[in-house]
Formats: sequence, C-alpha cells, structure tokens
Amino acid sequence: MAATMDADIGAALQNTLLEAIAQRTPLRIAGGDSKSFYGRVTQGEHLSVAGHRGVVSYEPTELVITARAGTPLADIEALLAEHGQALPFEPPHFGAGSTLGGAIASGLSGPRRPYAGSARDFVLGVTVLTGKGEILRFGGQVMKNVAGFDISRLLAGSLGTLGILLDISLKVLPRPETEKTLVFECSDAEAIQCFNTWSSQPLSAALFGNGRLYLRLSGSVAAVHAARGRLGGETIADATTFWAEVRDHRHSFFDDDVPLWRLSLPPATPPLDLPGAWLLDWGGAQRWLKTSASAEAIRETAAKAGGHATLFRGGDRHSEVFHPLSPSAAALHKRLKAEFDPQAILNPGRMYRGF
Amino acid sequence: MQISSTHDTSSLDKPALISALHRLLPGDSVLFEREDLRPYECDGLSAYREVPLAVCLPQTVEQVREVLRLCHERNVPVVARGAGTGLSGGALPLSNGVLLSLARFMSILEIDPVNRVARVQPGVRNLAISQAAAPYGLYYAPDPSSQIACTIGGNVAENSGGVHCLKYGLTVHNVLGLKVLTIAGELLEIGGAALDAPGYDLLALMTGSEGLLGVIVEVTVKLLPKPERAQVVLAAFDDVVKAGEAVGRIIGAGIIPGGLEMMDNLAIRAAEDFIHAGYPVDAAAILLCELDGANEEVSEQILRVRQLLQEAGATEVRTARDEQERARFWAGRKAAFPAVGRISPDYYCMDGTIPRKRLPEVLSRIAELSREYDLPVANVFHAGDGNLHPLILYDANKPGELERTEEFGGKILDLCVAVGGAITGEHGVGMEKINQMCHQFAPPELAQFHSVKHAFDPQGLLNPGKAVPTLHRCAEFGAMHVHGGKLSHPGLERF
Ligand SMILES: Cc1cc2nc3c(=O)[nH]c(=O)nc-3n(C[C@H](O)[C@H](O)[C@H](O)COP(=O)(O)OP(=O)(O)OC[C@H]3O[C@@H](n4cnc5c(N)ncnc54)[C@H](O)[C@@H]3O)c2cc1C
Repeated sequence: MAATMDADIGAALQNTLLEAIAQRTPLRIAGGDSKSFYGRVTQGEHLSVAGHRGVVSYEPTELVITARAGTPLADIEALLAEHGQALPFEPPHFGAGSTLGGAIASGLSGPRRPYAGSARDFVLGVTVLTGKGEILRFGGQVMKNVAGFDISRLLAGSLGTLGILLDISLKVLPRPETEKTLVFECSDAEAIQCFNTWSSQPLSAALFGNGRLYLRLSGSVAAVHAARGRLGGETIADATTFWAEVRDHRHSFFDDDVPLWRLSLPPATPPLDLPGAWLLDWGGAQRWLKTSASAEAIRETAAKAGGHATLFRGGDRHSEVFHPLSPSAAALHKRLKAEFDPQAILNPGRMYRGF
Repeated sequence: MQISSTHDTSSLDKPALISALHRLLPGDSVLFEREDLRPYECDGLSAYREVPLAVCLPQTVEQVREVLRLCHERNVPVVARGAGTGLSGGALPLSNGVLLSLARFMSILEIDPVNRVARVQPGVRNLAISQAAAPYGLYYAPDPSSQIACTIGGNVAENSGGVHCLKYGLTVHNVLGLKVLTIAGELLEIGGAALDAPGYDLLALMTGSEGLLGVIVEVTVKLLPKPERAQVVLAAFDDVVKAGEAVGRIIGAGIIPGGLEMMDNLAIRAAEDFIHAGYPVDAAAILLCELDGANEEVSEQILRVRQLLQEAGATEVRTARDEQERARFWAGRKAAFPAVGRISPDYYCMDGTIPRKRLPEVLSRIAELSREYDLPVANVFHAGDGNLHPLILYDANKPGELERTEEFGGKILDLCVAVGGAITGEHGVGMEKINQMCHQFAPPELAQFHSVKHAFDPQGLLNPGKAVPTLHRCAEFGAMHVHGGKLSHPGLERF
C-alpha cells in the first residue's frame, strides 16, 4: 500500500536492496506505476518507492526544489504554482499517482520541451541508491556545478536500470505571465513549415493533427498580444486542459489500441511515408504514429531522416522497444550498467535486452 | 611542478613512439623538439607547466583514431587540447604522454538554418559558430568570456558557461550531438539533430568530462533565433550586499534576465581603466542586467527591473542608450579577467558556486581571508546563477606568494562547499582542484566516478590524474568531506 504521509524511507529501501543483492533477486522499481506500459517488460519483485515522499526544500528565489522520489508530481506542481513557478519541462503524468522519481527516471518531457528544455536539462542533483547498495549524492542544489562527471543527468532517463533515485533537485522557473493557444487549419506539410518559420515567436508548444495546427504562446501580456497580432488564427477556449490531455495522452488521438510509436526527428523533416495516423508535437521534432507497420520499416524511415523511433505503447514489449544502439554504443551501455548494478538486478531488461 | 601519470612508461621507447607517430601523420603534424613543445606546456592556468613527450596535430578523424589506437596499444597517456584557454590545468600535458591538439579541426561542417543546428569540428572557436549562423538570424547561446579563442570541443569537455546561461543554459543544454573516439579508437555517435536519443544520456555524461572519457571529434549544437531586442541596465550600489539582494528581487519577481552579472569595486575599476566602459568607479558593486526577447516584453521588463533595482537601494540605474553602449557595458565585464591582469603581475581566478542567498556571508568571509592573507581580491560574479569568480591578485616573483595564493584559493572553495555550493561552476576540476574534490565528494562517490571512467577507458589513458582524485590521494591529502553544508568534524577549525 502506498503511504500518503511524507516519509524518508531511504534506509528501508537500502535494506531491501541489500537483501536483493545478496539473494540476486531482480527488482521492478515503481513510483506511482503510471508508466508501467513504457519500456520493455521486466521481471522482478515489485519495489515501490512511493512511500519515500515529501518536499525536502524549496526556495522560490533560488529557483530550486528538492523532493523525494515518491512525491506525487501533482503535489510538486501545486506547491510551485502557489509561488508562481513551474517545472518547465511539463512532465507527462500518465496517471493520477505519477511521481517525481518516475518522471525523472523515464526522462520524458511534455509539449514545452523543444522550447524550454527536457527533464534532464533541469536536473541539478540526485541522491541515488545504486545496484551496489550504496547511497550516493551527485550534483547539488546550485545552478552550476561541473565537479565530477554529470551522473545526475546520466541517471535521468535511465529507467531505473542504474540506480533507484531517492531524491532529486530540480531547477524551476517562473510561470509565464500569460499563455494563449491559437489554432489554424492547414496541411501537415504547411504545419511543419509554420513550426519552423515561426520559431522566433514566443512559442511554448506547437502541435499538428487532424488538419489543425495548434500554437501556444507564452510570455508577457504585451509579447503574447503582439505575437497574436502577427500570427492571426483563432484562440481555443480551455487551452490548459487541451495541453494536459496532449501531454498525458488523454487526447482522443491516443484513444486506440494500435501500437503507438514515438519518432524523434529533426523538426523540419517533411511528412514521412509510413502508414497510420500522425500527431506532430514539439514543433515537428516529436511525432506520434499509430500504426501496425513493422518495427524495421519505422526505424529505417526514422533513421534515414536523421532520427530514431520508440515503440511507446502497446505492441510486442518483449522485443526491443527502443531504437537499437550501434554495437559500440551497446557495449558501452553494458559496461556502464555493470559499473552501477553489477548483479543486474535493477529493472533488468527494461531498457534493452540484456540491461 | 612535476606531474606524471601513474603509468609505468619507463619501458617506453620514446624514439620508437615518435617514429610510429610519423608513420601515421604528416611531418609537420608531430612535434617532439623541446622548443616546439614549449607552447603547449600549459593552458590558461600558467602556474602549472609540463612539457609533453610529443604533440600531435592531426587533421582528419582517421588520423585521430590512429593516434589513439597507437597510444592505447603502447599504454601511452593522451591529453586532448583545444585552444588551451582552460583555467584548471585540464589540458596540462604529461611528461610521459602525447598531447593531442584538435586545433586543426576548424571546419564548420554544416549550418542548417531550418532545423536550427550547426555541425562543427571540435577546433572551431565558440564565437565562429555564432558568426557563421548570423546571416540566418541565429546564434549559439553559451558565450564564455574567452569565446574569441576557446574551442567548442573544449567547451563541451568543460561544460562551459557564459554570461547568458541563467536564461539560455550551459553547454550541456545547447549541445545536441557528439562524435567521440574512445581511447581504443571506437567511434561513438551520440545524439544528433533529433532530440532525446535512446539509451543512457551519454551526451550529458560526455559534457564536462574534461577529456577523461573520449576525444570529441564533432559537435552538433543548437542555434537560437536572435532575440528581437536586447537591452542592458546598469545599476550601481554602495554595498555589495544590497546588490546581492537586488538579484533576489529580480528573480523573485518572475523575471529571468538574459544575463545578470555583478562586479565589485576592484573589478569595476580595473575594467573601467582597461575598457572605458563607462562604469561608475566609486560604486561598491555594479549589476549588469540584460533583458532580451520580444520588443514589447523587453520594454515592460526594463521598467520593472529599473523599479526593482531602485527599491533595492541602487544609487544609480542606467539603461544603455544604444547598441554601442550596451556592447561597451558587456565588453567591460567580458574583459574583467585580463583587466585585472593589467593591475597585478599575476592573478588567480577562482570558480566556486553558492546558493545565491549565501552571497553576503561568502563575500564578507572572502574579504576577511583577503586581509588575513594580505592579498587583494576582485570579485566578478555570475550573480543570477550563483557562480563566483574571486580573482586573487598576487606576484609569482615574490617568494611564497603563489603558495599563499593557492592556499587562500583553496579556502574559498572549501567555503563554497560548506555553504552548500560547488568547487567549480564552469572552469572544471582539471589538475587545479583535484584536492578540493576530496572535500566535495566522499570516497564512495569518487569510486563511482572511477567506475564510469573504467567503463570508457579501463587502462586510464585519457587525461589521467585530472578531474577525479584517487582515493589514495584524498587519504594523503587528509581531506575532510563536507556534506550538506555540514563538516564531518564540525568542531575543527576550517576557515
Ligand atoms: C580570459 C578567459 C576567460 C574565460 N571565461 C570563461 C567563461 O566565461 N566561462 C567559462 O566557462 N570558461 C571561461 N574560461 C575558461 C575556458 O575558456 C573554457 O574552459 C573553455 O571551454 C576551454 O576551451 P579550450 O578550447 O581552450 O580548451 P582547452 O583548455 O584546450 O581544454 C580544456 C579541457 O578540455 C579537454 N578537451 C579539449 N578539447 C577536447 C576534445 N576535442 N575532446 C575531448 N577533450 C577535449 C582538455 O583535455 C581539457 O581537459 C575563460 C578562460 C580565459 C582565459
């Protein structure tokens, strides 16, 4: 059962892990378990980090928050909002219980990503429980720190395969004074062109699907007003809900059982010749594709365009879901994994077969 | 100072190595005569010097690969070098090693204005990227003060910052892809023009790795549209503490300036003397606050910031009247290091970071130390993100003064760690801060750094002895690890 009170259960987690190391028991690490669909299927005893929760420190004028990994994202966002601040990378929740640890371990970012930066960009420091059973601290609570290798950011997006995140310090930013979402009717090719020719406008999100282009403007009232005047288009009413639905895949596009692919591409890449339905996010840099096309065809097309493809949701989650690594990169990944988790018990195989 | 790696190269046949290098590279690309090696004996931290065994100046990635393979095979350490402007001795050669200069990799391979990326060779100068992107209305955001000279490869290796990184991020936030050669000569392609590559974030790991994990042979950077307008406000204060408070007020008001820099009186006077930037020389401190973005937004923010500065007790607030004056205000700041170099035979540049709110106590403690050591200090401060550059003025020709300066510098870094900050914000650990690493990190963290290094370079041939101290060294140094602002032995006198 998940605890609902703030608590530091780092020592208990360490004991559980030490035992698992001794027994060589693989662990399946979870926060709110809202992203269990993501990555490969991993076998292991369920280890919940959800009970390790609470904001450790937050200083609005320092632009830094530190919280335990099990802290619900929603709690953190509410606290930041009280002080007119936000997590700039707009992390997807994918469920009510989603936690900070899960957000950082998955390294996923929402619609604001191409304009504000990614989850890892905002990581300043972490405390991590490695597969050696040690609690280590890397980075810190200051904006700039180049002492030692950047292990905090290496852990962001590592899907719990290198260590169990215990607490995380993030840079936060003021919320924009105002936001407005504009909508235009156009084709996909026109949308891609608009995304890129309007890159100097105060954009914070740019999406295209079903013949409609959506642009979110953020900034001061004057700047947003002026950009609105330049761009035209219609405004949409409940923009906050709209973008939250896109972010969390509650938008009607995602209401489907067909395998969902995420293609990451140079943003100006023309529409790709793959069968299925598309939703273009991140100003064209992240494209969602619902398709039954073969993994090979999708990956080849993405790679040819200078990008990569992930089987994001559904499909065969026992085979590789992430874009294959080159042999030299794969070998290096395995060596890194072994240096953090020598017994290979942390989320084994969640990222790639073998680690 | 004698610096050599722990590698036993006593059996190394030097002439044989040089002739092997000659087989791989054209004649003018291998230097081995003492007078030819001299220019490479130090980086920007000239107090540390060492002549390398040989210098290689390859011109193709294939040549770099061959040199690395040869050194790997013969167990010869390799130190990569960009422009040698580093300030922590990162590119300091090893007497028993090869210095691998990337200076000839000067091509901008591609500017892609639509996808807003540039693909460049590692020896391209930081400023050259922005210059090449300028015709498209784009630029590369990180702007170290050394940008006319330093290379992008060096910037990646150090995760360099600049005066605009509060808003636009450090190198790590602006690099999208790398091509890296491992010591074994394997090519790793990391990231690219598409965001968030699959697998572990090797891009973040390589950035700031100080030449210990691989040799960067190509860099893809993000280009940003030039802001419609940029304007700088200069505020003078009769007290550095007030200037520090003003910084908190601006950020507390929800404004993230493009740049937010502070200089204290000694730095102001040195810069004014050198650049004639128009700084108020009587001020205890000045703040330079640049606001950029859409025209309307900048106008609004200028008014807000002026008001906030006045409320914080500024004795004078000036908005640069035109682009020339704005450029002059920045020129003074960017020339602060050489300006201090003009008023003192030598200076030692520190690079600690602190939580911003601790600024008043840190500055007063530095002032106390300055009196104690009888060495003047000029403070230049990336105020927005808490990165201090105290410049200690000294004279290396006076016996014992360098040693006193280093000890003083070490205390400043200890102070940064004790208030919850870091021993380096952008200049790197290199050779210089290797002992302070024992304060910043406990042995298990240091051991994990060595583990990461081991995954890339099991023989420890790339830039050995830098950036991460051995546990043995820390034990010898007798360092005390400081954690979470608390000393492990709080009863002991530290500063
Ligand atoms: C006057 C002055 C002002 C400065 N201002 C700033 C500033 O504002 N902000 C800031 O961050 N720094 C500043 N610096 C420090 C310095 O300029 C930066 O650290 C810069 O990034 C170093 O680049 P470089 O090409 O000179 O690298 P070098 O000094 O040649 O090397 C630096 C490190 O990078 C490694 N390296 C170099 N190239 C490669 C490569 N291709 N592959 C792998 N490793 C490599 C070297 O081994 C070494 O460890 C300043 C220096 C001076 C002298």
